[in-house]
Amino acid sequence: MNKYVERLYNGIWKENPIFVQMLGLCPTLAVTTSAINGVGMGLSSTAVLVCANLLISALRHLIPDRVRLPGEIVVVASLVTIVDMLMEGFLPSLYSALGIYIPLIVVNCIILGRAESFAMKNTPILSAFDGLGMGLGFTIALGLIGACREVLGAGTVFGIQVTPSSFQPISIFILAPGAFFVLSMLTALQNKLKAPCATNGSADKEEKENFGCTGNCMTCAEHKTEGEGK
Amino acid sequence: MSKLFNVSSSPHVRSSETTRSIMMDVAIAMLPATAYGVFQFGLHALLVLIVTILACVLSEYVYEKGMKKPITISDFSAVVTGMILALNMPATIPLWIPALGGVFAIIVVKQLYGGLGQNFMNPALAARCFLLISFAGKMSSFTLDGWSGATPLAAMRNGETMDLASMFIGKIPGTIGEVSVIALLIGAAYLVVRKVISLRIPLTYIITTAVFIFIFGNHDPYYVACEVCGGGLIFGAFFMATDYVTSPVTPAGQYVFGVVLGLLTGIFRLWGASAEGVSYAIILSNLLVPVIEKATLPAAFGRESESGWAKMFAKKEGK
Repeated sequence: MNKYVERLYNGIWKENPIFVQMLGLCPTLAVTTSAINGVGMGLSSTAVLVCANLLISALRHLIPDRVRLPGEIVVVASLVTIVDMLMEGFLPSLYSALGIYIPLIVVNCIILGRAESFAMKNTPILSAFDGLGMGLGFTIALGLIGACREVLGAGTVFGIQVTPSSFQPISIFILAPGAFFVLSMLTALQNKLKAPCATNGSADKEEKENFGCTGNCMTCAEHKTEGEGK
Repeated sequence: MSKLFNVSSSPHVRSSETTRSIMMDVAIAMLPATAYGVFQFGLHALLVLIVTILACVLSEYVYEKGMKKPITISDFSAVVTGMILALNMPATIPLWIPALGGVFAIIVVKQLYGGLGQNFMNPALAARCFLLISFAGKMSSFTLDGWSGATPLAAMRNGETMDLASMFIGKIPGTIGEVSVIALLIGAAYLVVRKVISLRIPLTYIITTAVFIFIFGNHDPYYVACEVCGGGLIFGAFFMATDYVTSPVTPAGQYVFGVVLGLLTGIFRLWGASAEGVSYAIILSNLLVPVIEKATLPAAFGRESESGWAKMFAKKEGK
């Protein structure tokens, strides 16, 4: 697989920031009350991720190792401020729906995580693709969670009524507990689909090689170092 | 014929109790309250009961079949969950709500955590809170003899005085199973006599709630008695707080558990948004059970009787 396409596949499916890495759960649980909020949050984070990865990777030889975290944060914070102002100017309704979570993208662990583990060690273009993959994975995850919560909790998707009028919305799904229910169910589903060996441990060696990862990356020696560049 | 000596490893003393027999006892103990509820609220209450139990048993069967696990519906635990859930519903509820609650109780709260004995929270109560948050209007509209009215607790909150005798017998609006104190006490007495439950949790719970309300709420003993008889306190204390899976096993822990339950119920009732707080108090206390058990672990025979708390703090400092 082409290494750029591989980055996209990695971010969207194999190491999806929500369903696999469980990063950035604070905006995930808080803003996904509707599909449009989820996608809006995801796309604004994607914009920041791509630019942050590109810039940090380009600056990686200039940033002294000892102050790399403040350096990364300065880059990310500047980008978030730009996104924040643009959204306030052009998408005021989404801006008010997402509220404090737009400025909080600065401390989103996905962004700092990718900058630290990928952009600091790889070339700018590859890092931008990594950011794009992670960002799209984040957007898809948030969109899915938002859509599920919206259907169950309000009977709509992207504001369009999809359930018959006899359907009584289960309002717990647009409240905080619903976010946990939907996140856990979708994570379980993704685990089940991703690799047979991830959930049942019965896959043989050949299958493991085909799917690349046993799902338990913390204990698996050969995959522990993944993401640190090859 | 020579006498054969059977040599075997411990345990040598076995109890004839099984999960099934205990669950049967609990179900039998709930029958007086159930019968009273059906008698008072009519046939729809019976339908609610049947639908909830069926939903619980069927979802347990379907899940275990689908996951290729041993089928455990014959141990009656799903029936008991269904009964508790149904008795926590208003009688006029549309039937699909208890069905949804039954599925949620068994699949999400019980089976996803590993089935009976693994659930961290009382399944019936978690489902009840799920429904209460989702369908607040339908779950808290109570009618009695075609007349819709506030539950005694809500009425007392508004400063009305209640008739203690009718609350004791159950001539009040409320959920199917919680209204009749006398029917619940008959069931509870059966459980105590059969040694299915001990009185530690229920009594500590009820006394703590009463004392709390006496101190912080109203200094009138009659008012406190009405608070104890009203709402789900008696039902919750004897039938839900004593659930084996979600209550502490250590005797000292059971007293602590009862006190925590009583304090939470008192706080919710006096200062909460709703007049009733037993369900939330129980599921919140369920979450504290592992900590309570760790803190009240008795010393092993022959060891220094160091208290559990001291051990816990010593461990922390050691780190």
